[in-house]
Amino acid sequence: MAKAKSNTEDYLRMYRQMVRIRTFEDNANQLYLSAKMPGLTHMYSGEEAVAVGICEALTDDDRITSTHRGHGHCVAKGAEFKQMFCELLGKAEGYCRGKGGSMHIADQSHGNLGANAIVGGSMGIATGSALRAKLQGADDVTVCFFGDGATAQGLMYEVMNMAALWNLPVIYACENNGYSEYTKTEEIAAGSITARAEAFGIEAHRVDGQDVLAVNDLTRKLVARARKGEGPFFMELMTYRYHGHHVGDINREYYRSKAEEKEWKENRDPIIRFRAHLVSEGIATEDDLDAMNAEVEKDAAEAVAYALDAAYPDASEVDMHVFAA
Amino acid sequence: MREITLSQAVNEAIAEEMRRDASVFLMGEDVAEAGTPFKVLSGLVEEFGTERVIDTPISEPGFVGLAVGAAMTGARPIVDLMFGDFIYLVMDQLCNQAAKQHYMSGGKLTVPMVLRTNMGATRRSAAQHSQSLQALVAHIPGLKVAMPSSAYEAKGLMKTAIRDNNPVVIFEDKLMYQDKAPVPEEEYLIPFGVANVKRQGTDITLIGTSSMVQVAEKAAEILALEGISAEVIDPRTMVPLDEATLLESVKKTSRAIVIDEGHQSYGVTAEIASRLNEKAFYHLDAPVLRMGAMDVPVPFSPALEDLTVPTPEQVAANARKLCAGELIHAA
Ligand SMILES: Cc1ncc(C[n+]2csc(CCOP(=O)(O)OP(=O)(O)O)c2C)c(N)n1
Repeated sequence: MAKAKSNTEDYLRMYRQMVRIRTFEDNANQLYLSAKMPGLTHMYSGEEAVAVGICEALTDDDRITSTHRGHGHCVAKGAEFKQMFCELLGKAEGYCRGKGGSMHIADQSHGNLGANAIVGGSMGIATGSALRAKLQGADDVTVCFFGDGATAQGLMYEVMNMAALWNLPVIYACENNGYSEYTKTEEIAAGSITARAEAFGIEAHRVDGQDVLAVNDLTRKLVARARKGEGPFFMELMTYRYHGHHVGDINREYYRSKAEEKEWKENRDPIIRFRAHLVSEGIATEDDLDAMNAEVEKDAAEAVAYALDAAYPDASEVDMHVFAA
Repeated sequence: MREITLSQAVNEAIAEEMRRDASVFLMGEDVAEAGTPFKVLSGLVEEFGTERVIDTPISEPGFVGLAVGAAMTGARPIVDLMFGDFIYLVMDQLCNQAAKQHYMSGGKLTVPMVLRTNMGATRRSAAQHSQSLQALVAHIPGLKVAMPSSAYEAKGLMKTAIRDNNPVVIFEDKLMYQDKAPVPEEEYLIPFGVANVKRQGTDITLIGTSSMVQVAEKAAEILALEGISAEVIDPRTMVPLDEATLLESVKKTSRAIVIDEGHQSYGVTAEIASRLNEKAFYHLDAPVLRMGAMDVPVPFSPALEDLTVPTPEQVAANARKLCAGELIHAA
């Protein structure tokens, strides 16, 4: 764990946000398994410290771009359960009026430019957002989330080159969960991932993605520097996804062992670790945290119930929003 | 009225819009000091500086992606794609990213960007620098597609494109950059989705796009000498398409030929012809004819290249047969 901070409120909010993501995912998983949720979805459980550690260092004016595994980023950036569950179920009150679903939630009010189903597809968008900030003299920073698998996409190298040439306020956050779909990272990534950014002269850091304080500390420093025009930066966050690649990926022993999953879940869980830290530092009691968990669970259950009952969009919406006015 | 080239018209349109709106900026390969290989953007960097006229590395998907992100967050980028053929490189950014954001977000996100690029064969540029890929882009919901047919059109359509809140792709014909036309000094905009009836006629409608408008006009002159009265229409924008004006014309003339420089198969001509067949069938005295570029990669040799693109003579010949009641593709 990174060094203790005195900001109790921040710590409790980070804890709560991690629990909110985990709870959201548990409910989404249930919705899917009980055949109430259409489509498919990719769980973020296990990676909470990454999204929360990073997004807690950002303001609503700072932008993020997200991935196919985007619920965690969306929650961490401030989204509400109700509109998220409505979106997952294709309901009119969803963030995107049911037109995006799990893989495309965008929440502009909190600076989330949207999840993206094209692996690596949002790297241009994030870098373009940073270019806009620089051109307009705005001091917001954009964080681009992507997986280790996405580092094999050529687009990343094109945009890192421009970001470095033009000192853009963008932070590339590579969530290295060890796999891209059903393939181990070592099988698809030659050399070191951080070295790829370093080749462009981009300062790159490797950080324990299961340690929310370490992620948050580093991000806060990098964001402050990016605001001053010292960007871009690159972070490789070592993390793990507990579920399969997507909700239907149940039998996965052919590509990763149960023992490995158990090891991460039991000994490296970001929520368990942070919880122990909060208790041992006297920031909260077990009872306080249990109460917080219960409150989040209640919120989620209510949001799910609301979303299940909510109306689908009217048929007249089908050809609405093809073009902007 | 003064006459300026299509190239100057585009340049003026962009300069005026950049003066009017500080959020408009330009980027692409060699756009600044070089002003692009066709010199269309010459001088803009002197007025607006390298902050707003940005030379990019040779990274088409990268800088089109940057434009999407900049547009989504409050800027109005104009991206210069040096050759229309490079659209293949940027398909993901254009079609999966730019075109989809507004819809996928339920109307929350907008992508007000312009991708200006070119099209057209007969420049002896061979197969990778001669394509007319408008149909490829027009196929994707969420993208608007404009095809200026003269300097006047180029200026008015460009200004409208820059002010539009959607991704717009503008195809300029490489051969027309030096073509002059009367262009007023005062400001004007050409609205999207409004076709231009270039020439009135009663016997047949010739619908042409971009340089094929000139081909259609020349064909109309040939036909006029023979007593055949051809109406010539420039739709100006493929998306949105001014179907009403096209239908109205066909209902009057009862015959039509659609001419575009994209490949014939699955192309712009097929779409327009099909709509006329669907919506004006009982007004037609002959099948609507399509004339596109041949379905071959564009050859280098002048002797071959010239064969691939519709000519006024071919258009006139087809029109003559249609008006005489001959079935052109009779089995
Ligand atoms: C361009 C593209 N290629 C392939 C896919 C299919 N696909 C979806 S997720 C994924 C794996 C991505 O791995 P990674 O970037 O490491 O992210 P993770 O799923 O591990 O979070 C693949 C191959 C896709 N959606 N887009």
